[in-house]
Amino acid sequence: MSRISRSLSELFGNDPKKPVPDDYTPEAKDLHAFQRTDEETKKRVDGIKVELAEKHAHPPLEKLRLKRWAVLLLVNLLFVFSFYLDIQLLEGALTASRFVGFHLADLNSALQVMLAFKHVVLNLLIGTVTVFIAWWLLGGRTFCSWACPYHLLAEWAEILHLKLVQKKWVTDHPFDRRARTWFWIIFVALALVTGYTVYETISPTGILSRALIYGPGLALLWVALLLLFEIFYSRRAWCRYACPIGLTYGMVGATSPLIVQYELSSCFHEGECRKVCLVPHVLETVIKGRARGTEVEIGADCTRCGRCVDSCPTNSLMFKFKGLGNLL
Amino acid sequence: MKNSSKKKRPMTVKARRKFIRTVIMGAGLIGTSLLGFIPVLGRWKERVRPPGALKEQPFLASCIKCGQCVQVCPVNAIKLAELDEGFGIGSPYIDTRAQSCDFSCDGLQCVLACPTGALTHELNYPHETDMGIAKVARPESCLAVLGQGFKGQARGPEYDGLLRYDEIDRWNPILVREHPYDLELCDLCVRQCPIEIRANQCDAGKPPSADENQCPPKRAIRLVEIDNAEGVRRMKPEILDGCVGCGVCDMICPIEPSVFEIDVTSSRGWAA
Repeated sequence: MSRISRSLSELFGNDPKKPVPDDYTPEAKDLHAFQRTDEETKKRVDGIKVELAEKHAHPPLEKLRLKRWAVLLLVNLLFVFSFYLDIQLLEGALTASRFVGFHLADLNSALQVMLAFKHVVLNLLIGTVTVFIAWWLLGGRTFCSWACPYHLLAEWAEILHLKLVQKKWVTDHPFDRRARTWFWIIFVALALVTGYTVYETISPTGILSRALIYGPGLALLWVALLLLFEIFYSRRAWCRYACPIGLTYGMVGATSPLIVQYELSSCFHEGECRKVCLVPHVLETVIKGRARGTEVEIGADCTRCGRCVDSCPTNSLMFKFKGLGNLL
Repeated sequence: MKNSSKKKRPMTVKARRKFIRTVIMGAGLIGTSLLGFIPVLGRWKERVRPPGALKEQPFLASCIKCGQCVQVCPVNAIKLAELDEGFGIGSPYIDTRAQSCDFSCDGLQCVLACPTGALTHELNYPHETDMGIAKVARPESCLAVLGQGFKGQARGPEYDGLLRYDEIDRWNPILVREHPYDLELCDLCVRQCPIEIRANQCDAGKPPSADENQCPPKRAIRLVEIDNAEGVRRMKPEILDGCVGCGVCDMICPIEPSVFEIDVTSSRGWAA
């Protein structure tokens, strides 16, 4: 199975497959064998002790996360100020807009409209292709963590959820990740059959974007309900198991040049990255003995949020733009 | 899965619970989204849509719910629908009594802004739009029918609606309350009708923007003579074929509730 088909299979909700002996590159095989030696194991165990003590004493500031929040807020406020100050910089909402006059269309919203309307006007096509290229370059699901307003609220809800879990007041109830693929297919079918943009009715992304720009309304109750569900019942449920927008952008980003890359040689396998990740299945490769190569590209479901990069004590995870080298 | 048979029994229970949970969540979510059908099929709200809007079904299908039409409207006539309009959520409508479209942008800015063709690009002039048709719904309360004039602010001192008055400012709409009237017989609905204004300009040999294409081929509203029950001669508004349903008559009518209603149930809208 090639890297991309593995990545897509995980994106569609299948569990990551453990590598069989033939999957490993010779270098990775050697490195895994080296890491299993008593001396290296001891070195690693001691290393983890030291770094976790340090982390406990001085909890690191998640710099990338704060920067990302700033970018996300800026993107959304650009819409708001554009309208309120009438500067016509970024007109519209996240579903479709114009950036200094140039059409942009959210891929999932555009898909719903095309299927329901069964007719594509040129402006929509231009907007869709532009956004496709832009988010392909930037990593696909980058949209989720760097632009979607629901993602930010869900991150704050997640902080609450984890506090409640720590106090043992609530437990996380995971769902089958294949559900999202089914939703995607069903909403495509519904748009086609009913002739209405059914998904837009419940899309928290569209609802929040419009609420920010045009003022709050009744639909925010639905968003609140989703957040309560995530706080008390299931961690990050909407983004993990439901959102078809995430899957659309995931497919776009499957071959993106902007990726998070894993470096096996420096990794202690302490698993800090998997604790913070929205989609931890993409990080199975960091488990000891799982990396197929010495450098591994993280899969399409990755939102490029950078929390693993922030949390990795050994800098074994890095942003990379293929062809341009490491970014961080 | 090859090794599922090796798994211990408790894992199977856990997996089964997860499966059931997922099915329930899925059904709940799809079900919730389909609730959006109810207001649409039940036609809970008959909305006046912006100029150039397609017929209701293709309009809701093609609208991407972005609000770009809202942003370009110089009189802020366009609002976005709420969750209680189901699949229509985020779609634009005009509350004509609060603020109607008086075509003061001349160029149909909302139509130009629409990225999906939900507001068809096939039209260029106000008289080509088809937002509905005005109906004289309450003639008994009409000031003209009662033989009365009108003096003062058409909608009172609190009303913050806008209209463009060509003779005051050709380019910018102003507050209606800043433009009081003094009329011997109330003819506000005829006087402020954007189609009538254009038709009059054309008749006077001064078409808007010196463009003959701006001239409406048909009149939209006029006062006609009627005899009331006592046999007294009075005037009454009559809607003509040129009416596009913009709703300015409904907006400017000083009577509460307005004498007019905009009927959108007939064959309003453009074919896709």
